[in-house]
Amino acid sequence: MAEFKTMVLNMGPQHPATHGVLRVLLELDGETVIRAKPMIGYLHTGIEKNMEAKTYTQALTMTDRMDYLAPLSNNLVYVGAIEKLMEVEVPPRAEYVRVIMIELTRIASHLVWLGTHAIDIGAMSMLLYCFREREKIIQMYEFVSGVRMMASYFRVGGLAKDIPAGFDERVKDILDTFPSKINEYEGLLTENRIWRKRTIGVGVVSAEDAINSGLSGPNIRGSGVAWDLRKSNPYSYYDKFEFDIPTGRNGDVYDRYKVRLSEMRQSLRIVTQAVEGIPEGPFITTDRKIAPPPKPEVLKGMEELIHHFKIFVHGFNPPEGDVYFSIESPKGEIGCYIVSDGSKKPFRVHFRPPSFVNISALNKLVEGRMVADVIACIGSLDIVLGEIDR
Amino acid sequence: MSSVIEEKLKKGYSDKIDELYTFRGDLNVIIKPSGLIEICRFLKIDTELKFNFLSCITAADYLGKRDKRFEVVYVLYSIPKRNRVIIKIRVDDGEDIPSLTALWDTANFQEREVYDMFGIKFTGHPDMTRILMDDDWIGHPQRKDFPLTYELPQFSHSRDEIDTRHKAPWRGDE
Repeated sequence: MAEFKTMVLNMGPQHPATHGVLRVLLELDGETVIRAKPMIGYLHTGIEKNMEAKTYTQALTMTDRMDYLAPLSNNLVYVGAIEKLMEVEVPPRAEYVRVIMIELTRIASHLVWLGTHAIDIGAMSMLLYCFREREKIIQMYEFVSGVRMMASYFRVGGLAKDIPAGFDERVKDILDTFPSKINEYEGLLTENRIWRKRTIGVGVVSAEDAINSGLSGPNIRGSGVAWDLRKSNPYSYYDKFEFDIPTGRNGDVYDRYKVRLSEMRQSLRIVTQAVEGIPEGPFITTDRKIAPPPKPEVLKGMEELIHHFKIFVHGFNPPEGDVYFSIESPKGEIGCYIVSDGSKKPFRVHFRPPSFVNISALNKLVEGRMVADVIACIGSLDIVLGEIDR
Repeated sequence: MSSVIEEKLKKGYSDKIDELYTFRGDLNVIIKPSGLIEICRFLKIDTELKFNFLSCITAADYLGKRDKRFEVVYVLYSIPKRNRVIIKIRVDDGEDIPSLTALWDTANFQEREVYDMFGIKFTGHPDMTRILMDDDWIGHPQRKDFPLTYELPQFSHSRDEIDTRHKAPWRGDE
């Protein structure tokens, strides 16, 4: 009767270490994982379907809700795809502010990742420190857009509104305080014996496996593939700034941790360069078929009033066609595929969510390892369930 | 660069390619379903092109706009060469497509999503099941004839609602 070999264990969907409603079906032999199968879909809200029923500008607000830890990255990939389709020129001021805000978003997202990943492995205090610093970036969102999380700050052709006075000082304040804080995190973890034991050699992915499984972002760079869309296919003004692509060597949890920490430093470097050079000028395209004219002009001129009315009542009609546009979000390559049929609503929108693709490689990371390592591996992939399920 | 890809594809696979055009800087290739695996393998292993990364698989439903209802889109990316090519296949309702899971593991989840959302089946896929919707869900939500605002009753005491569940036009093949 000694037929029994393996046990199936359900991890989640309500589990504090799965970062949302992820359910993983674990096939175990004692404490060793034989197979892990991620079961997703618990948070599916049909964002892509809903967007087909909204105008292009209205649908923008739904993109925030996908990866809610990096809402501005989602905004940028969506407006970027429409700009590519319509061949809109974005003014330099808007591009500079976009770069600053996107890089701050990257830091904020990595901070949440660091805090939750550390608490999963047992470093309790990290969460509090990381959220303390993240608060500053969240306040920046509120400062520029009026909303703490779902900012929807970017518009097709530029920004929703101009940056308020005092923007530079607040960014510089962040630049002054953050480097020492990142050193503080490193001091707590990098040489920590428990941290090293839990992460070094755990969840190893080779470079070939990473490419084959479609990993992107810090996950692929941890395996030593120096691929970053900001460098390889620059969008916005990324070709104007100097920064390095940190890479790991072994492709384990520890390397991915090191890559993300270095990335935060590189982001600060980009912001330092960008905040010095914000040019004067319009913050959104002057093409009145895409963006409304400034309000004082609307109150004076007839033509401006008509444009204003037309934009808010109707919207704009991109030409027929379909494009794929992708950017480097904090989690990896986020892509947006838009099909336009020439009407004011998108015919089809699809997002290539990095978390969705990254979680599909989970089995490769945890095969043959202990149950406790599954937690470390899920944390190191940096997933957001809102983005996986959409 | 895109001219090199164009030349190579035209030379080797002209009978499998329906259309080749560049739109907004990206090379789009519309191919026949039978040539998918062959062409993707060629793009992947060719030493000059090296399209080693499968970015994205998705689809769109052109109900009433085209003869062939669905268009399945594959976005291939070359990490060493830093460029992108978009491959498209047009199929009708009920037609199957060969799966790319043998070439890229990442095709697994993305093809399951396309199946779940559009009902396009991939032959040779190891686990062709729903991924985002419930296993007992009826219909495929991203199809254009699937209603946006109406949700099928999962539990109901109303006879009318139970009846609509059986008569719904978007019930599909299940």
